[in-house]
Amino acid sequence: MVPPSFYLILSAILFTLGAAGVLFRRNALVMFMSVEMMLNAVNLTLITYSRLLANVEGQVFVLLVMAVAAAEVAVGLAIVVAYYRHKETADVDEMDLLKW
Amino acid sequence: MEMVLFFILAIVAVAAGLGVIAQRSAVRSGLFLLVNFCCLAGLYLLHNAQFVALVQVIIYAGAVVVLFLFVIMLLGTEQAEESPDLRKYHWIAGLLLGPLFLIGILWALIPVGTGLAPAATEWLQALAPTDNVREIGAALLTDFAIPFELASVVLLVAIIGAVVLAKKRLEG
Amino acid sequence: MLETVWLILLFPLAGVLINAFLGRWLNRRLVAAIACLAVGASFVVALLVFFAMLGLPAETEAGGNGRERIIPIFTWIVAGSFKVEASLLLDQLSILMVLVVTGVSTLLHIYSAAYMKGEEYYNRYFTWLNLFVLMMLILVLGDNFLVMYVGWEGVGLCSYLLIGYWFEKKSAADAGKKAFIVNRVGDFGFALGIMLIFATFGSLAFQDVLPAAGTILPGTATAIALLLFLGAAGKSAQIPLYVWLPDAMEGPTPVSALIHAATMVTAGVYMVARCFTLFEASPSALNWVIWIGVLTAFFAATMALVQKDFKRILAYSTISQLGYMFVGMGAGAYAAGMFHLTTHAFFKALLFLCAGSVMHALSGELDIFKMGGLRRKMPWTFATLLVGVLALSGVPFLAGFFSKDEILLGAYEGGALVPWILGTITAALTAFYAFRLLFVAFYGQPRLDKKIEKHVHESSPVMLVPMAILAILAVLGGYIGLPRFLGLGNAIDEFLHPIFAASVHVPAAAENATMEIVLLAISLLAVAIGFVAAYWIYIRNWGLGARMTKSAQWLYDIVYNKYYVDEAYTEVIVKPLRMLGDFIAVAVEERSIDRAVNGFAQLFGLAGEGLRRLQSGLVRNYALAMFIGIVAVMVYFLVRSVWGL
Repeated sequence: MVPPSFYLILSAILFTLGAAGVLFRRNALVMFMSVEMMLNAVNLTLITYSRLLANVEGQVFVLLVMAVAAAEVAVGLAIVVAYYRHKETADVDEMDLLKW
Repeated sequence: MEMVLFFILAIVAVAAGLGVIAQRSAVRSGLFLLVNFCCLAGLYLLHNAQFVALVQVIIYAGAVVVLFLFVIMLLGTEQAEESPDLRKYHWIAGLLLGPLFLIGILWALIPVGTGLAPAATEWLQALAPTDNVREIGAALLTDFAIPFELASVVLLVAIIGAVVLAKKRLEG
Repeated sequence: MLETVWLILLFPLAGVLINAFLGRWLNRRLVAAIACLAVGASFVVALLVFFAMLGLPAETEAGGNGRERIIPIFTWIVAGSFKVEASLLLDQLSILMVLVVTGVSTLLHIYSAAYMKGEEYYNRYFTWLNLFVLMMLILVLGDNFLVMYVGWEGVGLCSYLLIGYWFEKKSAADAGKKAFIVNRVGDFGFALGIMLIFATFGSLAFQDVLPAAGTILPGTATAIALLLFLGAAGKSAQIPLYVWLPDAMEGPTPVSALIHAATMVTAGVYMVARCFTLFEASPSALNWVIWIGVLTAFFAATMALVQKDFKRILAYSTISQLGYMFVGMGAGAYAAGMFHLTTHAFFKALLFLCAGSVMHALSGELDIFKMGGLRRKMPWTFATLLVGVLALSGVPFLAGFFSKDEILLGAYEGGALVPWILGTITAALTAFYAFRLLFVAFYGQPRLDKKIEKHVHESSPVMLVPMAILAILAVLGGYIGLPRFLGLGNAIDEFLHPIFAASVHVPAAAENATMEIVLLAISLLAVAIGFVAAYWIYIRNWGLGARMTKSAQWLYDIVYNKYYVDEAYTEVIVKPLRMLGDFIAVAVEERSIDRAVNGFAQLFGLAGEGLRRLQSGLVRNYALAMFIGIVAVMVYFLVRSVWGL
């Protein structure tokens, strides 16, 4: 029987990996994927606690998170597509128009 | 038994995560992400959250990743960059902060996890089959009715937004 | 009836509001009518109140003033222990002032209606004239120092506004400023005096302060009295603050008549009369009053001797006559001073109106040596001017004679011999310059500019009637104060007696009739000397005046230039202040304050400049920044929990 702390550790590791991906990758799409990974890690934590506290609210929360994540992916990818059409690049470091 | 499954799934998930962030090709990153999601779905099953697991597979693995792959293929960005370009300060920041972050989280979480060891019996009991779908459904339509409705609004907005943003402008 | 005295304030207030806000769209006649009716209504109410007062007994059973009433209007200030009520004090002194003010004002408003006929800003003039009357009434009717101060400042303001009526003319605007600023110096003294009164007595109401004047230290009393007198000197144009009055002649002539002859300048005299207990509580204050009064009277008369401008002569004459009033106050003959205030109001206003009539006829010419022979062309003006001059000189049976002699008598009896001598000499000088004015302007050969001579005409009845009324008052007004030796009783003295009953200066009994007659004869002699001298120089030996001037040109120049007092003030006071102002404007305002404020604003600009570089536009930098933040927070909490901080 797996102690809950193991799940939490796993979640932490996945979250860190996702954060690293966000920081270290230049491709906008890969950054997005890393963000999804972070969200998933959080979902795992929520499910773990839902079971730990014998409360179904955690799982409901996860469902809502998934809904929002899906919406966010749709919009975000649309933005990337639109930007790509103008600038022919998905390189985040080159998307620096909003600077001083 | 559970422990074995857990470790298999956990290791594969971590490996897939590494793959996501370390791959040069965006398509391969997407595929590794798919593997990651499926592992997580398995882990949810271990938690007796069947509905959530299924939804994970359908939505994340089935829709989100597919969407990602579509866009990657559409834009032709699979070879977006030569290698992960790290500016010098990113290197340093990453090396310092990353582990620090991880340690921090672990430090915070472990006492929580281990401190609750006496509640293991409860944990065991949760393994008994429950009607997950019914529970979630009941909760969604009573206590969480408003968030539920709002979530649908969010999705609607997202649909419209995506259509508007990605539309080809008619020039001239 | 007495309680309706507040109506006296209401009518001018209504006049002000109507003319101020609606005046631009009203017919000229209507504007003038509203203003005149407002003041006229006040006068009528004042008369009714006066007669009601006469119906009351002069003394109450307790020995107090039976004709005194306090009419509360509202509570004005309540701040801790500082409480000021806006109330009116109605007694013999205030009703006398009210009657003079409203009566003369009504006549002058009517005169103005014709005099100012061609002016552009008709409603502005009448608004301010009504406002002036309102403020003056507040001044004399207030029952505490603060309400009086409101009126005090208000009349100063109206004076400034009206002197500078033709503000596009630089000399007029300057004169208005000069009047206001010099007045301010006096007002400063007055304000300090009020503060000192509050600090000493704990209250500002007359009925609290004045009866208790004897209970304070003489030094404090002196300080208070002298500070108040500084205010009076400013308002009533005494040394050293008289310099604004001659310049104030830049204003329209009815304004000069009303404000700078009959009413505003008498506010100082009224104030001293009201606060006589404070002055008496001080060993030296009254001395100051009488000496400043007589010196002012004398020097102003000397300056009037050589002036060529019709109105300036009258202005210096006013300063001189005000000095007389203060002589009366200083000698303890308060009723005599108030008596002279009343008669002076009549004949000086009359003289100014004659000046206005002449100016109107001669298209604004004021140099009397450019006039001459007007006697035939403007008979009515001549007649009224003659009455005014006779009254001013103190010719017997006219008003000025009775009042001036009562003052000189009071001075002599009070033991102030030198002031009495100087006062008598000044009477001679007064007669001289008054008749000089008359002879030069109205007798002899016309020396008019040819163009003007063709248009010389007598003034319209609207102007002549007020002049005639004032002339009648100048003749008959004296009979309210007959000399004591005649044994017929002095009406004004008796009327005002309850006010000044607490004074230490009791007029001598009528047994000393011989002394009175002798003094009377001496002052008549002085008047005769002045008359004869003026006749000799300006009628019989025309040109004698010019020769006398040449032989003592240096003396003439000094006096003609007003002893260079204005120039002295400019050098000693005005210029240093200007330099100080310039210095502060540059060194403090520009360099210090502006730089500090601008610099402070620039600081934000610089901060913005620096901080904007954070917006690199790179998402990853932003993400890194967020990450650093999260880690920092997390570390902080961990460290805290570990070390139990």
